[in-house]
Amino acid sequence: MSSATDTAHHGHDHHHAPPYGITRWLFTTNHKDLGVLYMSFGLLMFFIGGAMAMIIRAELFQPGLNLVDPYFFNQMTTMHALVMIFGAVMPALTGLANWLVPVQIGAPDMALPRVNNWAFWLLPAGFVLLLATLFMPGGAPASGWTMYPPLVLMLGDSFPFLIFAVHILGISSIMGSINIAVTILNMRAPGMTLMKMPLFVWTWLITAFLMIAVMPVLAGAVTMLLTDQYFGTSFFNAAGGGDPVMFQHIFWFFGHPEVYILILPAFGIVSAILPTFARKPLFGYSSMVYATASIAFLSFIVWAHHMFTVGLPLAGQLFFMYATMLVAVPTGVKIFNWMATMWRGSMTFETPMLFSIAFVLLFTVGGLSGVMLALAPVDLQYHDTYFVVAHFHYVLVTGTIFAIMAAVYYWLPKWTGHMYDEKLGKIHFWVSVISVNVLFFPQHFLGLAGMPRRIPDYALQFAEFNMISSIGGFVFGFAQLLFVWIIIKCVRGGEKVTDQVWEGAQGLEWTLPSPAPYHTFETPPVVK
Amino acid sequence: MSLAQGTYYVPHESRWPVFGIPGIALLMAGFSVYLNGGGWGFPIMILGAVITLIMTVMWFRDVVHESVAGKYNEQVDMSFRQGMAWFIFSEVMFFGAFFGALFYARVLSIPWLGGDDAATSQFLWDSVLLSWPTAGPGMLDVDFTAMGAWALPTINTLILLTSGATLTWAHHAMKENHRKQVIIGLALTVLLGATFSSIQAYEYVYAWEELSLRMDTGIYGSLFYMLTGFHGVHVIIGALTLFVILIRVIKGHFTADDHFGFEAAAWYWHFVDVVWLGLFVFVYVI
Repeated sequence: MSSATDTAHHGHDHHHAPPYGITRWLFTTNHKDLGVLYMSFGLLMFFIGGAMAMIIRAELFQPGLNLVDPYFFNQMTTMHALVMIFGAVMPALTGLANWLVPVQIGAPDMALPRVNNWAFWLLPAGFVLLLATLFMPGGAPASGWTMYPPLVLMLGDSFPFLIFAVHILGISSIMGSINIAVTILNMRAPGMTLMKMPLFVWTWLITAFLMIAVMPVLAGAVTMLLTDQYFGTSFFNAAGGGDPVMFQHIFWFFGHPEVYILILPAFGIVSAILPTFARKPLFGYSSMVYATASIAFLSFIVWAHHMFTVGLPLAGQLFFMYATMLVAVPTGVKIFNWMATMWRGSMTFETPMLFSIAFVLLFTVGGLSGVMLALAPVDLQYHDTYFVVAHFHYVLVTGTIFAIMAAVYYWLPKWTGHMYDEKLGKIHFWVSVISVNVLFFPQHFLGLAGMPRRIPDYALQFAEFNMISSIGGFVFGFAQLLFVWIIIKCVRGGEKVTDQVWEGAQGLEWTLPSPAPYHTFETPPVVK
Repeated sequence: MSLAQGTYYVPHESRWPVFGIPGIALLMAGFSVYLNGGGWGFPIMILGAVITLIMTVMWFRDVVHESVAGKYNEQVDMSFRQGMAWFIFSEVMFFGAFFGALFYARVLSIPWLGGDDAATSQFLWDSVLLSWPTAGPGMLDVDFTAMGAWALPTINTLILLTSGATLTWAHHAMKENHRKQVIIGLALTVLLGATFSSIQAYEYVYAWEELSLRMDTGIYGSLFYMLTGFHGVHVIIGALTLFVILIRVIKGHFTADDHFGFEAAAWYWHFVDVVWLGLFVFVYVI
């Protein structure tokens, strides 16, 4: 291609300030604007999904059918999962990638800025479709977010909206991921070799690969549901030679890499924060990279551990059990490296560090209960109980969500130029970390004692732990309003910060002014 | 705004991506209403499709203008290449889901339901024997004939393979600046693609009416129509893309060493070609 570039062609000069008004946000191709949009959208959905969780915990506060219709309860468990996964966590992580990847690799912007804009604005479109189902005859999807047939085929008017919402969100994820992968592979500053990239960039490269690989598989699975419902196909109908279990195979071939999509960027965040506040370089950088890649590879061959109770052949149960247990090896490498990073470091405990340390401890709790669930004979007992709910909420809430909060506190001064209110941040942390354990830890006991998930009522012996869990849930939920207040306060003003912000911070983004200007690295930095 | 300093090129912002968003939402919502039995969903769906189409055309139009104006440097070229490669990879995985369903049905679920696994079959449809192709144990009264590999699918295989060859010929001609050969090669490829689609349409009518093979005749019919159908849609998209490229060649948009638009369309076409080979072997022959 010709390298001739004339900026006069469109009659624009070099504006370095962002344009004003609503069109700035609608038409923006700026990675920082889109990062803000993605994260704001994630935060909004976090509260919508959180409100659904509050309804679930309110219903479960006491035994008996108290508050909501059981069918509405099913809608809440389903929508809570869909909103939190596709609306809160994935957009928040994509937003962080948008903001941070270009400034961490010394690129001027994302590689495909217009695709970036499109990928973001598809999210509101998808969620308009999905959330509109709440007001339809028959209500929102109530089949569980896993959409297993034949149950999902019995939904009311919401069914096709669910399918197409998943399609739109899938297109958004694929486009966003292609953009991130291309940015990382093609836009690095001179000297920024792959093995010099910050781990957040590495984990996102691997996450992007996973998303491009598995989101189309989900699209295929839900397309088969759609044609089974409306066009007479028999993919999941045994009478026609299909198999409902086949849906579970295809779904979890997507679904297991999906859960690593949700956690790998969180690994990258924690790997950035711990060295800063331990004032030591990350221990075992290259082993972190290889561990991440190993986890990604293993994620493709463990899917049927979600299906131990459907009647898999023995050989299948053994294979998926051992493959799943293997995941603990690279994950153990990571946890070891994080602890070794902190070992004999000059540690200080600012809010991002507190969230990161809590991540290491509590993610490990979720990881260990995952190893328990990996054991096929044991899983026959635990399957579809609150033990599973406790497991994945430790991984997703005290894991990913805590890492996202750590990231927000860590980079907020870079984004706004102001230090957040450290005192409020610490209060937010301590209230969150205590209440989240009150919320989820008793659910382990409930599950081991046999309380099934996704059921609005329960036997009397589960009453105490459910009440404790609900109280923890309400406190955790309302504590997050403080998080929003801290962010608003920090955006509006506060103590000015230096370029480096944190004494021990390393990396290209800390060489930029705080707040980072609208366009950065228009000429590439040289990385030595 | 356009920024071009040093080695970087950052394209100016665009209104087309956002313009298309309501289109996609209306398309999907209208289709959903229509599937739920609301006739008013249909016009909404059409409106959404039109908006989406306008977005696609206008967005590509901008990109073509910028490319012709020489605004894209080598790094942008590489971004486009990698983006297209990742996109094709995602398409491969989409087809993978349907091929996976095909293998699952043939290797696992049909033998289980058809007597290989007594624990399954005796409780569902006892002493039913199934062999591929089948409408399934609950539809034994459904009478259909499978679509054989001869003659239409074999002819279509040859057509698609030939189109791959004519396209490669056009690409070599492009690199050697033989404009006329490029145009002939591309035109032939588009024509072969259109022929493929026409024959496939005829094949569908034949299968539907003469062979009684429909989407609701069990797992074989489901897989047959979904696999070949999605492939057929990709052939049409690929041929349309190549047609646009043909017009761009005639307009002189490409040079011997700068023609990524051509190459992207060619990659896509070869991908569609390879998927067909998989289909031909696993759906028709075996």
